[in-house]
Amino acid sequence: MSMNSVGRPTRPEAVESGYQPGGRGLLQDEPLLFELDGWDKTGVDLADVGDDLAGFDGLGGLVRSGPIGLPGLSEPETVRHYVRLSQKNHAIDLAIYPLGSCTMKHNPRLNEKMARLPGFADIHPLQPQSTVQGALGLMDRLAHWLKTLTGMPAVALTPKAGAHGELCGLLAIRAAHEAKGQGHRKTVLAPTSAHGTNPATAAFCGYTVVEIAQTADGRVDLADLEAKLGDHVAAIMVTNPNTCGLFERDILEISRLTHAAGAYFYCDGANFNAIVGRVRPGDLGVDAMHINLHKTFSTPHGGGGPGAGPVVLSAALAAYAPTPWVVHDDDGFRLQETPEAEAEAAFGRMCAFHGQMGMYVRAYAYMLSHGADGLKQVAEDAVLNANYLKARLSDLMSPAFPDGPCMHEALFDDSWLEGTGVTTLDFAKAMIDEGFHPMTMYFPLVVHGAMLIEPTETEPKQELDRFVEAMRRLATAAKAGEAERFRAAPVMAPLRRLDETLAARKPRLRWAPVAAEAQAAE
Amino acid sequence: MLGVIGVDHVDQLFVDVPQAARREGPVDLPRHAGELEVERELNQLAGKNRSAGSAPFFCGAGAYRHHVPATVDHLIQRSEFLTSYTPYQPEIAQGTLQMLFEFQTQVAALTGMDVANASLYDGSTATGEAVMMAARVTRRSKAVFSGGVHPHYIETSETLAHAAGVSTAKLPPAVDAEAAVINLIDADTACVVVQTPNVFGTVTDVSKIAEAAHAAGALLVVVTTEAVSYGLLKSPGEMGADIAVAEGQSIGVGLNFGGPYVGLFATRDKFVRQMPGRLCGETVDAEGRRGFVLTLSTREQHIRRDKATSNICTNSGLCALAFSIHMTLLGEVGLRRLAAINHAKARRLAKVVATVPGVEVLTPRYFNEIAVRLPAPAARVVEALAQGGMLAGVPFSRLAPGMDDVVLLAATETTSDADIDLLRLALTKVLAAKELTQ
Repeated sequence: MSMNSVGRPTRPEAVESGYQPGGRGLLQDEPLLFELDGWDKTGVDLADVGDDLAGFDGLGGLVRSGPIGLPGLSEPETVRHYVRLSQKNHAIDLAIYPLGSCTMKHNPRLNEKMARLPGFADIHPLQPQSTVQGALGLMDRLAHWLKTLTGMPAVALTPKAGAHGELCGLLAIRAAHEAKGQGHRKTVLAPTSAHGTNPATAAFCGYTVVEIAQTADGRVDLADLEAKLGDHVAAIMVTNPNTCGLFERDILEISRLTHAAGAYFYCDGANFNAIVGRVRPGDLGVDAMHINLHKTFSTPHGGGGPGAGPVVLSAALAAYAPTPWVVHDDDGFRLQETPEAEAEAAFGRMCAFHGQMGMYVRAYAYMLSHGADGLKQVAEDAVLNANYLKARLSDLMSPAFPDGPCMHEALFDDSWLEGTGVTTLDFAKAMIDEGFHPMTMYFPLVVHGAMLIEPTETEPKQELDRFVEAMRRLATAAKAGEAERFRAAPVMAPLRRLDETLAARKPRLRWAPVAAEAQAAE
Repeated sequence: MLGVIGVDHVDQLFVDVPQAARREGPVDLPRHAGELEVERELNQLAGKNRSAGSAPFFCGAGAYRHHVPATVDHLIQRSEFLTSYTPYQPEIAQGTLQMLFEFQTQVAALTGMDVANASLYDGSTATGEAVMMAARVTRRSKAVFSGGVHPHYIETSETLAHAAGVSTAKLPPAVDAEAAVINLIDADTACVVVQTPNVFGTVTDVSKIAEAAHAAGALLVVVTTEAVSYGLLKSPGEMGADIAVAEGQSIGVGLNFGGPYVGLFATRDKFVRQMPGRLCGETVDAEGRRGFVLTLSTREQHIRRDKATSNICTNSGLCALAFSIHMTLLGEVGLRRLAAINHAKARRLAKVVATVPGVEVLTPRYFNEIAVRLPAPAARVVEALAQGGMLAGVPFSRLAPGMDDVVLLAATETTSDADIDLLRLALTKVLAAKELTQ
């Protein structure tokens, strides 16, 4: 005898609009922290030293008078608040997260455990160097692995993310040009398919960005590159494998032409995971390349950081690396921090202290776990998985570059959706209803309605097949004229589509009490 | 899988790699290791470091040891927070987005500003971004720094500013002379950068500097490296700051040998479209329900490319979460109490250290950190104390040349009275040893 289900919603569509306060199934509704009436609460047990501070010994006029406006919650309330919020997020731990160019791979928990050892997590950046020899030693070993894997002679560890690494690389390039009397070089060449950070970084450094054309097969147009190179060009910024998921097969010619013109070759290393252990950028003529430890080396993305973006440098640029760096002498390891003879050419400093130690530990644990053999397999499996997806979806969807293999990600355009009334965005939102995170959309810009799918090496075949079946179901539905369903999607997520135009037109960037808002509106 | 793809071997998928760049066999590094072996190597390395919790500890200078409730680290390791990406698909990222909206509100309240972003890398890079933003707002190209700003912050900002053609002027390090920066202000000045509590621990009411900056058409950037001080001291907003930046590490994050940390960045409503970094905003979904999205992205690199306000993409999301959870546990009640305890500990520290022969406390008004002049080179004293098992502060020479006899000492709620007494004894003993002072 089955349970009486009269009046119970048994089908997904029956609960479509039933998101009531109090929650739905396992999904709890959760107000803002500021709406939980916690103005007088605290979840920590601290001694009250109020009386001891009478007068504050001369701090009088400097002491805050009015209320700050911060609510508090007890520990159980805090746990519930954040656990409820967490359940509204998709995560790589839940299902494939095929965001092309972002490399959402499994984050091994050993790395988390190691980063939390008190000998790494609870040491101060400026405590005596004799008391942090293990930490400096780890930075030195990490540097050794990064240099060996890339075939480059130097590395600047301190940049805090990929874009910060790009800045570091371009500043080293600029310093090198200036040192050689080539400061007049004010142009940076980058393909149209480049990550937005490339032109943003170059422009920030005062460079004019000129785009390099792309060939029909998705690579840098050599003739166009050659035509645009010259005495005014400081550097080229090329991603390899590129953002179309393709290896620049003329890469040696690209670097030769660049160097012949007196320019440097900056390589965006966001896609290093496709070639790690198999190809060394140093063998390709690269002068500077950032490595996103949160991509290739599995440190967690954390909902938007922290990352880490060490930059490997060629012999031509090594002298200009920013301070500080680790040196090893008879007394052990030490940080070269203030200008001494060997640091005189350093272009400056990327941040206070020495970069993202917590990420170094995680990345190094990942490197040790995989080794030279395992890292090579990382690249191979990433490329294998992407080509498998491409092969299984190409009959229904339109691959942007059908000929030849892709690398770690498969790029499709939206020509296969023509006439269906379904856009790339609609299709992506419908993937949410199937339990998947959408792929990267509308990037790279060189492909119309781009859909960039990166499975990474950590997806087993079973998960790839589950993903493929869902994609095929959706593709078939789109072609069968079910456009309405796509336009309405998602209906199974905690929220339906959000009004981004409203958010931008009337920015509400913080919570405010209702009374204050009413006043402001008057 | 190879059959479906139509190749015989995975090598065939790498055909586009030029022959000359193909490697036969693995690179010259060790083979993979099991979890046990990896733990062994990393435990060995960690064992060569003296952790802050294992010794009397007085280091500050931009990174502070505070007690972080166990709940914080537990919650940030939830898969849905730890292993998600930047919330580009808001329908399935409301957890991260609502958290960021709450974080922005908390930071705005703490700094006394109208609006805060969703975090930057750390306090030093946030300071550099503040300088760049001021240059955009004022269309001027010079930044001036007081002698109290953390020297690493100045160097970081100079690197960024000079890259973009913004010039800088700075005063030499000074314990208590924030207002002297007024003399550097001229008609080209985009912003005045001051710090309170400053790198020497000195707390300053910067209202007068704000007035001087505004009179010259410049913005005031107020830097704070110890976020717990917001619980006791007047906020940057109350004192006329146009941009408030801070290192948020003290709340929720831990020391981590310098990173990852979390940069706080807040400003006035009127400047919001010139802000760097990600912003989370409130909106509604197709059924009119409240929800949150990343917004004003027309400032950002992925939309504006070479016209973006900053090149920042990844920020410090998980550290912002840790900050926000810790702040939620504290609440205003807890933060005020925590700040009061910190100040009380520092008062005791200052009082006790001043009794050591030859030692002079330089900081006139402080929160939880003081600069102390020793009768010997500070680096040598600190090293001698380290040999005795004590992490006795940061010699100023670690930050900038000059002032070799000055050490920065911080006290927090983690500092016990016994630690302070031990410092007095050890310092007295070390300073009595003749070889240090010669």
